[in-house]
Amino acid sequence: MATEDYKKQWNTPGDTSTLRKRKNLSENTPLSKDPGRWTQDDPGSSNGTLAECHGSDSNNPPATLLLLLVVASLSFSTRFHRLSEPSHVCWDETHFGKMGSYYINRSFFFDVHPPLGKMLIGLAGYLTGYDGTFPFVKPGDKYEDHNYVGMRGFCAVLGSFLPIFAYLIVLELSQSSTAALITAAVLIFDTGCITISQYILLDPILMFFILAAVLCMVKFNHLTQRSFSASWWFWLVMTGASLTGALGVKFVGLFVILLVGLNTISDLWRLLGDLSLSMVDIAKHLVARVVGLIILPLFLYVTIFAIHFVVLNKSGPGDGFFSSAFQSRLIGNNLHNASMPEYLAYGSTITVKNLRIAGGYLHSHWHLYPEGVGAKQQQVTAYLHKDYNNVWRVHKQDHNESQSGPPDLVRHGDIIRLEHKETTRNLHSHLHEAPLTKKHFQVTGYGMNGTGDLNDLWQLEVCGGKKGDLVKVLRSKVRFLHRATGCVLYSSGKTLPKWGWEQVEVTCSPYLKETPSSQWNIEDHINPKLPNISLSLLKPHFLEILLESHIVMIRGNSGLKPKDNEMNSKPWHWPINYQGLRFSGVNETEYRVYLLGNPVLWWMNLASLGLYLIMSAVASVALQRGFSLEPKRKEHAHVLLRGGGLLLLGWLLHYAPFYTMGRVLYYHHYFPAMLFSSMLTGITLDVLFRSADLLLRPPYSDWLQRAGLMGLLFTVLYSFYLFHPLSYGMTGPLAHEPGSSMAGLKWMDSWEF
Amino acid sequence: MLHLPLMVTAQVDLVLVLVTVLSLWTRLCHLSYPNAVVFDEVYYGQFVSLYMKRVFFIDDSGPPLGHMILALGAYLGGFDGNFAWNRIGAEYPCSVSVWTLRFLPALCGALCVPLVYLLTLELKFSHLSALGAALLLLLENSLIVQSRFMLLESVLIFFVLLAFFSYLCFYNAPSSSWFRYGWLLLCGASCGAAIGVKYMGLFSYLLLLGVASLHTWNLIGDRTVSHLSVCVQCVCRFFCLLVLPVLLYVFWFYVHLSILSHSGPHDQLMSSAFQASLRGGLSRITQGQPLEVAYGSQVTLKSSASQPIPCWLHSHKANYPIRYENGRGSSHQQQVTCYPFKDVNNWWIVKDPDRQEMMVSSPPRPVRHGDVIQLVHGMTSRFLNSHDVAAPMSPHAQEVSGYINFNVSMAAQNLWRVDISNREVESDVWKTILSEVRLIHVNTSAVLKLSGVSLPDWGFRQLEIVAEKLFKANTGNLGWTVEEHRYGTSQEQKEREVELHSPSHIDVDRKISFWAKFLELQWKMLTVKQEDSEHKYSSSPLEWITMETNIAYWLHSSSNAQIHLIGNPVSWGVANFSLLAYQVLAVFYLLRRRRGFKDLPHGVWCKFVCLGCVCVGGWLVNFVPFLLMEKTLFLYHYLPALCYLYLLSPALLEHMHTHLLSSVTYQRALCVWASAVLLSVFLSYRTFCPLTYGNPELSANELRGLKWRDSWDILYRRR
Repeated sequence: MATEDYKKQWNTPGDTSTLRKRKNLSENTPLSKDPGRWTQDDPGSSNGTLAECHGSDSNNPPATLLLLLVVASLSFSTRFHRLSEPSHVCWDETHFGKMGSYYINRSFFFDVHPPLGKMLIGLAGYLTGYDGTFPFVKPGDKYEDHNYVGMRGFCAVLGSFLPIFAYLIVLELSQSSTAALITAAVLIFDTGCITISQYILLDPILMFFILAAVLCMVKFNHLTQRSFSASWWFWLVMTGASLTGALGVKFVGLFVILLVGLNTISDLWRLLGDLSLSMVDIAKHLVARVVGLIILPLFLYVTIFAIHFVVLNKSGPGDGFFSSAFQSRLIGNNLHNASMPEYLAYGSTITVKNLRIAGGYLHSHWHLYPEGVGAKQQQVTAYLHKDYNNVWRVHKQDHNESQSGPPDLVRHGDIIRLEHKETTRNLHSHLHEAPLTKKHFQVTGYGMNGTGDLNDLWQLEVCGGKKGDLVKVLRSKVRFLHRATGCVLYSSGKTLPKWGWEQVEVTCSPYLKETPSSQWNIEDHINPKLPNISLSLLKPHFLEILLESHIVMIRGNSGLKPKDNEMNSKPWHWPINYQGLRFSGVNETEYRVYLLGNPVLWWMNLASLGLYLIMSAVASVALQRGFSLEPKRKEHAHVLLRGGGLLLLGWLLHYAPFYTMGRVLYYHHYFPAMLFSSMLTGITLDVLFRSADLLLRPPYSDWLQRAGLMGLLFTVLYSFYLFHPLSYGMTGPLAHEPGSSMAGLKWMDSWEF
Repeated sequence: MLHLPLMVTAQVDLVLVLVTVLSLWTRLCHLSYPNAVVFDEVYYGQFVSLYMKRVFFIDDSGPPLGHMILALGAYLGGFDGNFAWNRIGAEYPCSVSVWTLRFLPALCGALCVPLVYLLTLELKFSHLSALGAALLLLLENSLIVQSRFMLLESVLIFFVLLAFFSYLCFYNAPSSSWFRYGWLLLCGASCGAAIGVKYMGLFSYLLLLGVASLHTWNLIGDRTVSHLSVCVQCVCRFFCLLVLPVLLYVFWFYVHLSILSHSGPHDQLMSSAFQASLRGGLSRITQGQPLEVAYGSQVTLKSSASQPIPCWLHSHKANYPIRYENGRGSSHQQQVTCYPFKDVNNWWIVKDPDRQEMMVSSPPRPVRHGDVIQLVHGMTSRFLNSHDVAAPMSPHAQEVSGYINFNVSMAAQNLWRVDISNREVESDVWKTILSEVRLIHVNTSAVLKLSGVSLPDWGFRQLEIVAEKLFKANTGNLGWTVEEHRYGTSQEQKEREVELHSPSHIDVDRKISFWAKFLELQWKMLTVKQEDSEHKYSSSPLEWITMETNIAYWLHSSSNAQIHLIGNPVSWGVANFSLLAYQVLAVFYLLRRRRGFKDLPHGVWCKFVCLGCVCVGGWLVNFVPFLLMEKTLFLYHYLPALCYLYLLSPALLEHMHTHLLSSVTYQRALCVWASAVLLSVFLSYRTFCPLTYGNPELSANELRGLKWRDSWDILYRRR
């Protein structure tokens, strides 16, 4: 019962807030990212709720509005301070700046992340006068007179919204401006958040969308009493749109989708239990959420990719990752309006591409399989990039090829020999285990100048063909059956270890089922004796391209394995701020920027996490055991368990999955989780201060509360004063030498400044 | 005061007895056939032999209790450990009692069947359901195969079922009886045993903890119970379910380490201190070495980084090539490497930079933390040196060399500061074996480090040594320990060479505490990585559900008789079906209850939920984690999950019979259907028996008939 009363109390904000929200809606829909409007309008609505609920809090709307303005101005000023320094490429700007340039130049590239973030960077660069000509070769390159500040400024604007969003989220969850203020202070003065917002990176964009999604969700949650009103729909749609944004920047956005999904499920469960609603009402709720949170985001997400493919219509560095049909779309690719002999002939030089999505070209090179991996013969792999080692020559089984006259054409069922053009070895297989897929046989390069043995013979089959059919270049799917063992040439998709240059394994599979892994097509085909015919490939369907690019991205992501001898960051390093990332500069003379969270704040976050667990355990045991509590304590318990629980879940969802990931991890992966942890800190410490009267009697407890808050703010500010050079740049001696601006602050040996 | 007549009334569940006897018969008969090493026996057998010989080993696949149980069987059978487990299919000599080797796992496997019977009763389902569950388990070919050999899954399943059974006994007992805490203790003990057999037991343990904490949470919410009683009960549960298993887990290691007191093949993976505590091996060499390293000491320095392999600081008469393959230049001074074998070139002499003597003065002057020393290579008398030249394989770090003066204005930089990272408060002396020392280069403050990369042919494929800036080099272990140590007595080079070649000796015993050994061993077990390579019979978890895969365990050396791990396809199907049916039913009930329709009375609902928590939950926790693992996985990893499903099927059937089917006709139809299914389970068990027991031999055609799935690998011998 207590719960119900409490909820009602919250949900009777009165008319003012309704009005404000409507106004807010009408003004905000077209341009949700306009900073000015958010800061002026949005707080009003939440303050309306706040002021009425907490009469005791003595917060009136203008005061909180002022507070929000202070938060916003501090946030913008910390992010924009010395934005253009250092005027050279820092860390991953080399990737994302380059990809922004690709959009401006419209050349096709491949990246492991979805395109939205880079598209926005490209757009920001384009609008602010960057012409896409800077090569972004490596970190440390000087920008000279290229206009890069626009792109950095865009990221900084989005980064500046993080404290504002966090402030609003905590305000909504706890209805306490103190908690919101603590959160905002932590985020504004965290050196890590400042640094990561100041450069051309995907992270500020990603975090912007994550927090926007959470904010919209929280706002939406509080409108349960006014279902299907305009503001209800607005926040629902905004939640969906922000989710798309988050997923469109990086796949990490999946975690916030999970958070919103869980929240929605629990919301629907609550509605289902509300017996005053008819089944029709519940169905309406369900459909509304499916539309707002699944269909709309999916549509937007697909749109992003559509734009991506429309914009990038020129051949570029990413071609080889995609199928032949896809490449024929790209202007400048050799398959675009290709012209080559139509039917495969003996004596031709060809490249052979696997039909598995993101399967590579059949490849070989001078290197041998190492000792202990089958026979010590030349490696045969599948390789994703275009390379002269992908070229093979087709020969007849016997060596007498007609020297004059038109060459014979290859037909279904013919026995052929494939000779690697560069090394003159034949494609060969035998009864040794393949290096990784032990159930298959090893494929090697064998022989010299085309002479080998019987194991070099392959029977070529056109899938769905019959005896005598010709082999169409690009269009026929072919299989290579090994004559001696009866196995079929197969690309397993597994990455070979270092000895195989991390290329993809090629095997001969004794299981003859037709799968794309065992099917190949002939891509390039050169035969001077045959006339070239212009070939138009079937243009792939958009959904096929979408699926293909996703599989390529996912494979690329899991392919980022940590190297053996490289220092790699472990997830447990992150919350304790064990080690940062060097953004720029190593030596004493250089301008050094080091991505490291403000250690005081991060350790405070960690401590409050522990504190939160203790406090919520005590609170829930007290509730479960049915101790009689004052209404005030009950309210605290609910803020802790509901609001705090949501944030804790967010933190867990953005942090725990990294423990199961096999890919290489970096420190900056923790920042989304850190946002949730900071918001949790706000709520926890606020409740802790408010519970001061458990210790002392009223007048003193108020004093204690205020002193605690002041002390906290002072600590935040002072620690920022100490560590601000990390973000805004250090020059001069390194920290462990005297005379440095960071002297005495290198508290952990692992920090590298 | 005797009251006569004195009566004893005993009730015996004949069905239970019958099931137990059948189960013992299916698991135990002809246990010593085949008289050859079957599949993973080749792996576990080695450990059994090592136990018999009390030789230390490290097995990263699991904790020691499972191995110890197998070894107990071998010990009781009088096995002396003299058998080389070198290949699958090798015949056992007649001196080995095969029956006793396989007896304990088979017994555990057999006892699972009555346990399932009792467990179903404790879940509050009828005797008929209990019989059904027991029969499903009894007639499961894969469980029979897995029980009949020297393998651990059956032991694991036994302890897991025992844990759940005893917990439910505790939970169902009236709360007034103190006797029920006996059940709780048993539960904790079997949890400890399950985790001790295989780490996989952890999954079921966590599920049990989850169920128990849910019950405890309800207890806390029960306001009829007094505060004191709640507190006492919570403490009891905490002790039995959390403290006891942990204590037991440590205890298995205590027994393990007490048994294995001799040095053996895996010594090298452990620290010097650990090795010194083993009889033979290092302790024989290091016995009686002087404890404190002094100026003039002759030492070998072992890297405390065990990646890629443990090795000693080494140098030899060969220089770095003037130019490397990639065109970079070197100092062309003498190579310093890390060498994984004992060698006379591993000896170094600790020298005081201010003096010329290279022998120990009397009394010896010990080296302390913070002292600056020089290290002189014993055989070549070169000084350990580092300078601002890029290292051969790791160009970001400094090269380390034996200094040769080529008169090219490259001054010697051969001073090293001793930094003892684990020094004690009261004494900062450098101690043999015990101290872990970082050697910090005085001129550049770089630290001596094993980079982990092998040198190419010019470096004889030994491991590269570099000096790296301390703040960069925070990976792994930078420490070095003195392993062999003696006080040098010779100043002249020739005499010293003779001295270095002579073996070292003397005797004192060094002990490290059990806890230090336990922690080190545990850490090594969790971090030592074996190469993940695919096995011919390995499979992916999704293939298990439909049993797309099998494992050939054994093939007779001349005939077609063979043993395969293949489950009973019919029971497998029943299990999958009931899993699906439960989930559909549960969703249906939940949605209806939420809308206020109470289809089931409260008690029945609780029973239904409890069944789901234990069985479906048990399946989930024992299956889902494998989807995330990057290990080599086999079909037998699925067996524990499967057992939960066999527990579920008959209970679900009973639930449907009593609560879903209203008309008598339907109920009869269900009974008929159930008996038909049971019959086909039996028939398919009979069909696959030859592949389960390896007897009788089948012809190639019959074998082809048994290949129900294309993806199964059944072997035919060509004649």
